[in-house]
Amino acid sequence: MSAIIIFTAVSLAQIMLMIAMAVASVRMFYGPRAQDRIIGLDALYVNAMLLLATFGIGTGRTVYFEASLVIGLLGFVATVALAKFLMRGEVIE
Amino acid sequence: MIYSAADIPLWGALLVAFFLLVGAGLALVGAIGFLRLPNFYERLHPPTLSTSWGTGGIMTASILFFSLAGGRIVAHEILIGLFITITTPVTFMLLARAALHRDRFENNPDVPAKARLDDDTKDVPPKGP
Repeated sequence: MSAIIIFTAVSLAQIMLMIAMAVASVRMFYGPRAQDRIIGLDALYVNAMLLLATFGIGTGRTVYFEASLVIGLLGFVATVALAKFLMRGEVIE
Repeated sequence: MIYSAADIPLWGALLVAFFLLVGAGLALVGAIGFLRLPNFYERLHPPTLSTSWGTGGIMTASILFFSLAGGRIVAHEILIGLFITITTPVTFMLLARAALHRDRFENNPDVPAKARLDDDTKDVPPKGP
């Protein structure tokens, strides 16, 4: 019984997070300006991180935790670098 | 090691499902708001739904699932929650400053009225044509 409940909830959550990722990538492709694209990328990686965490719950493995931690770390660095690039025109000065 | 969902009690499964659906639903609501809002400065707000309670809900569900299925407390998902909570304001502040800088430089009318002249007068460009 509890396996069925968790399977259903994980499937629903994965569908919702996939729709959220699709919506964020729509904004990333059609965003009118560069800052909209960057914030779309930010929303995309956050939702991908959450999706990996739900994969971890669905399969019962703890491997996905490390993957989502790495995505969080690298996504933060990427967004900060892109914002710095928008501000100054170069990343490292 | 593979944890099985059949090992956890019914109330635990219901709790895990509740937190999962709350987190994913809030992430979806934030993404839809991010698509629909008209202005960049308004569009900055909705993605924080998925970084605050979206992350909180799904990480709480993960902690509950692995703790109940393993029979001991597994709480390393707190790391992700803490990290996201710390980094999101930093990135969004940086992005908002960069966008404000660009919009002021181009004399864009999208800049909120309060941010036009009040703070940071050193960033204001000379009056253009």
